[in-house]
Amino acid sequence: MTLKAGALVRIKDEWPEALGPVHCRTPHYVRGKAGTVVRHLGDFPDPGDIAFAREPALRRLYHVAIPLDRLWPEEPQGELVIEIYDHWLERGA
Amino acid sequence: MSVLEADSEMLYAAVSGLLAERGLVTKAEILERMAVTDAASPALGAAMVARAWTDPAYADLLVADGTAAAEEVGVMMRGLPPLGVLRNEALLHNLVVCTLCSCYPRAVLGYPPFWFKSPAYRARTVRDPRGVLADWGTVIGEDVRIRVVDSTADYRWMVLPMRPAGTQGWSQERLASIIRASDMIGVTVPTAETVREPT
Repeated sequence: MTLKAGALVRIKDEWPEALGPVHCRTPHYVRGKAGTVVRHLGDFPDPGDIAFAREPALRRLYHVAIPLDRLWPEEPQGELVIEIYDHWLERGA
Repeated sequence: MSVLEADSEMLYAAVSGLLAERGLVTKAEILERMAVTDAASPALGAAMVARAWTDPAYADLLVADGTAAAEEVGVMMRGLPPLGVLRNEALLHNLVVCTLCSCYPRAVLGYPPFWFKSPAYRARTVRDPRGVLADWGTVIGEDVRIRVVDSTADYRWMVLPMRPAGTQGWSQERLASIIRASDMIGVTVPTAETVREPT
C-alpha cells in the first residue's frame, strides 16, 4: 500500500498472538488507533518472517503520528510518532 | 536444559562454531564486530551534533540521511539499521523510546544506558512524557510540542538537540564536550554548563 505524507490511516485492531507464535513489531497500545502518515521510511524485509526463518515479504514502513490524547485516558499533551509496516495500516480514520 | 538456561560462554562457543562450520560468519568477523560495538560511545554522536551546530550543510545531511552523515565522520554503518535523526526546534522537542525492547543507535551512541531498557522508562515515556522530563529536571515550555518517537521497527533514532545559548565561537571539540547521550535520547537538553560523564 502506497501512502503519502498526511494520509489518514488506522492501525489494524488485530491480535495475531492470540492465534499462535508470532514476532510482531506493532505494540498493543496503538492497535485500532487512527493516525496520520508522516513519511515513508523505506522498504524492509518483514521481521515477523525473519524470526521464523521464512522468506521475508518486503514491507513498506511508515512513520505514523498519533496524538497522545487519543491513546491514554489522562489525555496527555503531545504526539506519538511510530514505525508501522503497511500491512498493519488501513486507509482512512 | 533450554537455550535460556545454558551457560553463556558454552552457548557462544556452540553457536559461533556452527556459524563458522556452515560458512556463515567467521569467529574473526564476530570479534571484529564486537570490537566495533565496544568502541562506540556517545562521543561519536556528540561529535556529529557539534559539527551540525557549526555546519548547516552537515546538519541538513544529518536530518535527511543519518546513515550517510555517520559514515561521513567515519562510523561504519554497513549492515546496521538506518540511522534517523530528529531535529529539535524552538517549538518541538523529540524524545526517543523503544517500548517493545531497547532499540538504540548503538553505532553512534554505544550501549544503551540501563534506564533506557527499564520497563518503567519504556511504559511511561509514551504515556507521560512531560512527567519523565520533569523527573530529569528538564524544563520544556508549555508551548513546545512534545513528540515521542517509539522505535518499533527498522530505524534507530537519535535527537539533534538545539545549540544552547552562551556557546558562540566555541570549537566543535568544546561543543561536543557538553553533549550527553541523554541529550541525544531527548530526556535532557545540553547547556553551556553541561559536563558529560566519562564514557
